Amino acid sequence: MKLSFAPLAAALFLTAIAPASAGPDQDSVLTYFQQRADSAASPERGKSLFEARHGGGKPQTPSCTSCHGGTPSETGKTRAGKEIAPMALSRTPQRFSDLKKVEKWFRRNCNSVLGRECTAQEKSDFLAFMMSQ
Amino acid sequence: MKKTLFLAAAIGFAGLPVNADERVAVIRDDIVKKECGACHMAFQPQFLPASSWRTIMEGLTDHFGEDASLDEETARHITGYLAGNAGRSRGAKTAIRITELGWFVHEHNDEVSPRARKKAGTMANCTACHRGAEKGYYDDD
Ligand code: HEC
Ligand code: HEC
Ligand code: HEC
Repeated sequence: MKLSFAPLAAALFLTAIAPASAGPDQDSVLTYFQQRADSAASPERGKSLFEARHGGGKPQTPSCTSCHGGTPSETGKTRAGKEIAPMALSRTPQRFSDLKKVEKWFRRNCNSVLGRECTAQEKSDFLAFMMSQ
Repeated sequence: MKKTLFLAAAIGFAGLPVNADERVAVIRDDIVKKECGACHMAFQPQFLPASSWRTIMEGLTDHFGEDASLDEETARHITGYLAGNAGRSRGAKTAIRITELGWFVHEHNDEVSPRARKKAGTMANCTACHRGAEKGYYDDD
């Protein structure tokens, strides 16, 4: 069996940023975005994306934190009053395991908050941050 | 519930169809339950007429100030279920809010305390006051 370098590097990289709770499903979701991004995923940039107040989106939702709670480990709330389980992977272990679900919500929420789709870079930064939490 | 039916008929808005055991029929479609129940409880289709559901489903990219868009196939499936189980149409104009229908306003205006309202955050948060709402019970409190 031949091991090429790229997946090995990706695997090492994933263990480095998401050691505790990420399973194989989360790894493959993160790898999917990572392969489409320009540079390595940065949890720090993911944190800023999560916390920042953005312009350009819908006035009701200036930030990811408008719904997801002030920190990744907090329970959030939709505008219609329904609770959202924490985004931190350590708090909600089922998170980020289904690529279709992840893509659907990135499309919607980036549109609502930023008024545009997020880039693959932004998505992998965001996921790296949440998986490290 | 009988009172509601009477009011709905008298005021002339979409009425509330109920089962023999006096509850609104529950949603039996898993896709509708999942996709339309992510941000609020999935509202039973009987609460709005088919034309309202179609209008709502056509406007999902700006759904009450939010992007709730779906892929085409899922959206078609959901529209079919909602329209197929919709309430009767009475009013001339197409309402997209249950909470603005005549019977709803009438039923809630005097009955809801400011405290309960504040706690719910919005009248669209049915489950905050009707714990059995998802199971179709609205007169249990
Ligand atoms: C209007 C409310 C709202 C805002 C604002 C919002 N989200 Fe969400 N988000 C939700 C809801 C509701 C869900 C689905 C419920 C769940 O997964 O628990 C969700 C789910 C997600 C998911 C999928 C999680 C998973 O388990 O796979 C991702 C990724 C996500 N959001 C990213 C973001 C990002 C990035 C932002 C900011 C740019 C953001 N969200 C802003 C409401 C919001
Ligand atoms: C802030 C609290 C509150 C919220 C939110 C709320 N209701 Fe109610 N609702 C009441 C109260 C109080 C009554 C009158 C007492 C009763 O009959 O249960 C009532 C009555 C009703 C009735 C008539 C019940 C009967 O048999 O007389 C229906 C149907 C109903 N609500 C549906 C809804 C729906 C659908 C929603 C969400 C779209 C909703 N309500 C949101 C508090 C609330
Ligand atoms: C991304 C989040 C989200 C999703 C997914 C979503 N909604 Fe909503 N919906 C909202 C918000 C926010 C409101 C406005 C709540 C308010 O004003 O209190 C709303 C309101 C509504 C209302 C009006 C409630 C009232 O005031 O009477 C209806 C009807 C409705 N949605 C139907 C649907 C249907 C059908 C689906 C599935 C195709 C769906 N929603 C999926 C976020 C969502």
